Amino acid sequence: MQFLSPGEIILRTLVQLIPVWASLALTLGASFVFRRRLGLYGHVVQTGTGLAGLMLVGFWLFAAIFANEIELFDPLGQIAELQHAPPGAIDPHSGLPYLFGGDKLARDVFGRVIAGARIVLIIAPLATLLALSIGVALGLPAGYFGRRTDAALSFLANLVLAFPIILLFYLLVSPGILETPIPYSLAAIFFTFPIALFSVYFIAGYRAQPGQLALRLALTAIAGAWLFATFVFNADPLGLLEVSPSTLNIFIAVALASGPGIFRIVRSLTLDIKTREYVFAAQTRGESPWYVMLWEILPNARGPLIVDTCLRIGYTTILLGALGYFGLGIPPESPNWGTMINESSRFMRIYVHPALPPALALMSFVLGLNLLADAIREQSLRD
Amino acid sequence: MASFLARRLGAMLLTMLCLTLAVFYLVNLEPNLRKLAISQTEMHASNDELESWLVKNGYRRPFFVRYATWLGVWPKQPNIDPSTGVATPRFSYCDEPTTPTFSGVLEGDLGCSTKFKEKVVNKLGPALEATAILMFWVLAVMVPVALAIGVVAGMREGSPTDRTLSVVSIATTSTPEYVSGVVLTIIFATWLGWLNGSAASATEGHVTFYNFALPVATVAIYGMGYVARMTRASMIEVMNAQYIRTARLKGLGFTAIVLKHALRNALIAPFTVIMLLFPWLLTGVVIVEVMFRYQGFGQALVDAAGNNDIDLLLGCSLVSVTLVLLTQLISDIGYAYLNPRIRVH
Repeated sequence: MQFLSPGEIILRTLVQLIPVWASLALTLGASFVFRRRLGLYGHVVQTGTGLAGLMLVGFWLFAAIFANEIELFDPLGQIAELQHAPPGAIDPHSGLPYLFGGDKLARDVFGRVIAGARIVLIIAPLATLLALSIGVALGLPAGYFGRRTDAALSFLANLVLAFPIILLFYLLVSPGILETPIPYSLAAIFFTFPIALFSVYFIAGYRAQPGQLALRLALTAIAGAWLFATFVFNADPLGLLEVSPSTLNIFIAVALASGPGIFRIVRSLTLDIKTREYVFAAQTRGESPWYVMLWEILPNARGPLIVDTCLRIGYTTILLGALGYFGLGIPPESPNWGTMINESSRFMRIYVHPALPPALALMSFVLGLNLLADAIREQSLRD
Repeated sequence: MASFLARRLGAMLLTMLCLTLAVFYLVNLEPNLRKLAISQTEMHASNDELESWLVKNGYRRPFFVRYATWLGVWPKQPNIDPSTGVATPRFSYCDEPTTPTFSGVLEGDLGCSTKFKEKVVNKLGPALEATAILMFWVLAVMVPVALAIGVVAGMREGSPTDRTLSVVSIATTSTPEYVSGVVLTIIFATWLGWLNGSAASATEGHVTFYNFALPVATVAIYGMGYVARMTRASMIEVMNAQYIRTARLKGLGFTAIVLKHALRNALIAPFTVIMLLFPWLLTGVVIVEVMFRYQGFGQALVDAAGNNDIDLLLGCSLVSVTLVLLTQLISDIGYAYLNPRIRVH
């Protein structure tokens, strides 16, 4: 068997990632040229931590987008000769190298890490957005109305927060639960929140313009129907996404784990903002409570919420990795970073190379998000 | 204070009741019961045999009756063999009362572990002790280091030291246990050979630096950055306070200001954070115990969940939920006690 030298491995990896470098250079270059017109984002690009964070997140974003072009081998394909092959081993059939070596099932580690980025970058942001819509939809009324509403909702949130996450995962992401209606009914409840939130948002804001309101409500209904068809019933009419019952289960578990935290942040932000003059002004004008919450309070809470969402996508990535590490919900052959770490950690004393790339990938992506969040927080506090 | 405590304890009990009910429901779902029946009866048992096993062992009694029995507010019925009429325990390795008695959580009876073939109490005791040792060392390493990083970073906001330490803290919060565990093991066990990549020998009470350093460091790293950042924020706030300016104008040295005036007030907020970190550490402990083969509470939880060991899983849930709620209570009381500006009514 032939091998690439260490220098050739590095060079070949860099060449293979050219689509990522090109898009990264283009995006950052454009951001830098137009930095004065980009507001907060323009400021963030100019700080050291912000730039580092953007580069790390952008790297994985573009790697996920161009995954098919970057991979040299099918991430699920096995080439028997290359089991546990060291980095740079060349496949005798195609003459292409396993850049980061082969794992215990003789699959290409490099390709699997890149394919893993795609899984993480689809599930983590979407699950976080779902949790965000739940947290906003419940946190606003809890903070705004106070009293009984607050007491009941806070009790619910604390109930979930008191549940150790690992236990929640073991109970909720077991294969047996897929035979029961629990995941599907929970999904139906959870996906009602974004639809209800947008509907109320438009009803409260466009009451005076029935034409505009009808258009927006129709769009919300269409988007809602797509969400339900895709996620709850796994029958995407557009064929864009395939959400298997086990993936849906992961969505539910992650949204349930993050929702209460977001609820608490939205609630405390609402408590703070509802004492401002512009809220009193809206109340004096006779605006409805939901108008005040969604059109006056929510836009003014966006700064901390953006920072929190950024951090939370990172946290969701960590949760996804933990699920993969424990083999919960994710198919065992899937190129998921957590699953890869778990599989390779058993052979860690002999073969190091399959364990390091997914571990460093997960860490660098989360680090990028955290650095970005830190830079955004710093810049938004400066204004 | 007394009414505050009473209300908090009341809410805590209600929370525990709701959560144990939810856990009880989830572990007793039909697929889980079937799996338990399959693992407990002989191979290739027919559906009827599985069903009769479930009926015989009381798994088909009404849900709330079974929950009340587990809780200990409803008498536990002895398991009477229909052919002989003699009360025999359901599992040969656990004795059960022969007459209906109250025997549940409230009486200290957590039931029977089908996986480890012994009483749940006997299994959880040593496991919790092992985990307590691990937790002690984790806190003993994490808290001083995190507080030191936070105080040093926060005493001069914006300095190069502050920036470096902030990036370090962010990096540690981005490294979950299963990542740092793998990376540390590769570096210190596989490459350098200084430390042991397994803590299995530590379970028998031989805790040494050689077998315990890696698991402790792995858990400590993830929580460290978070505590450090909270300490830093708290320290910055204190350093900008009026009394620090007064101390500075009096002509006190920087060291004296930090040690005598700032430190005490800056450590109030991190205290709360450390207490609230416990539920978070729990996940880390589970990962680390599995990764380093340490027979503690986390390993018991994973084994219970993986083998449909209903009573053990319920016991683990009870312990972890109690731990989370107790730390929340202590953090509230401690915060009120340490910070005289907060008065609880």
